Amino acid sequence: MSFLQQDVPLSWYLLLSAALFSLGVVGFLIKRNLITVFMSIELMLTAVNLSFVTFAHQWHMVKGQIFVFFVMVVAAAEAAVGLAIIIAVFRARATLSVDRIDLMKL
Amino acid sequence: MHLILFFLFAGLCLAGAINLLLQSHPINSALSLIVVMSSLAVLYLLLGAEFLAAAQLIVYAGAIMVLFTFVVMLLNAGREDRTLGSRSARAIGFPAVAIILAVLATIILRAQGLGAAALGEGLSNAPGSTNIEQLSRVLFHELLLPFEVTSVLILIAILGAVALARHGGGERTAEK
Repeated sequence: MSFLQQDVPLSWYLLLSAALFSLGVVGFLIKRNLITVFMSIELMLTAVNLSFVTFAHQWHMVKGQIFVFFVMVVAAAEAAVGLAIIIAVFRARATLSVDRIDLMKL
Repeated sequence: MHLILFFLFAGLCLAGAINLLLQSHPINSALSLIVVMSSLAVLYLLLGAEFLAAAQLIVYAGAIMVLFTFVVMLLNAGREDRTLGSRSARAIGFPAVAIILAVLATIILRAQGLGAAALGEGLSNAPGSTNIEQLSRVLFHELLLPFEVTSVLILIAILGAVALARHGGGERTAEK
C-alpha cells in the first residue's frame, strides 16, 4: 500500500515526454497521409510542452508554464495556416498522399 | 493516488499515440490524438498547472482537433495506402529515432537533483497565491509586449488561412 502512496519521480514525466516525441517522429516518417503527418507534428509539440511543465514544477518557476502558453498560441496559428495549405494542396493536386506531392523532389 | 493517476493517464497517452500510428484512416488518428491531448491535460493538472490543463483541453483537444476533424471530413480523406516510407526513411530514420530516444532516456535517468511530484502540490508554497494568479502576474506585468504580439500573430494567421483557403483566390488577383 505504501507503494501507492509515494510520489512520482519527475524523470518519469520526462521519459513519457521523450517517448511521445519519438512516437511523433516515427509517425512523421511512416505516415503517408498529409493530415496524419501534420498530426504527428502536433504530437511532437505537445510532448515538448510536457517537459516544459515538468521543469516548471521542478524549479518552482512559472515562466516554464508561460512558455507552454506561448507554444500553444503558436501551435494554434500553425494549425490554422497548415490546414489551409493542406486544403490548397488538395485543390491543386486532388490527392493527400505525400508520395504523390513530389513537385520539389529531385 | 498520484502514482495511480500517473500510470493511468500516461498509459492512455502512450496508447493513444501508438494507435495514431497504427490506424490507417485519418479520422481514427484524429480521435486518438484527442485522447492523447485530454490525458495530457490531466497530467498537467497533476503537475500543478491548472490553467494550462484548462487551456490544453480548450485549445488543443477542443479547437485544434475540431479543425483537424473538420478538414478530414471536408477533404473526404480516405484510407491511406500502406507503404512504410521511402527507403532512406527506413534505413536512417528508425535507427536515428531509436538513438535519440535512448540518448534522451539515459540523460534523463542519470540526471541528478530531479525531484518528485506529490498530489496537490502547486508551484510555490506561498499561501493564498494560486497558479493562475502567479501566471497572470508574470504574463501581464513582465511579458505584456510578447502577449500583445501573439494577438497580432493570431490575426496574421487568420488572414493567411483565409487567403490560402479561398477558392481560386490566387488566379483572380493574378488576372487583375
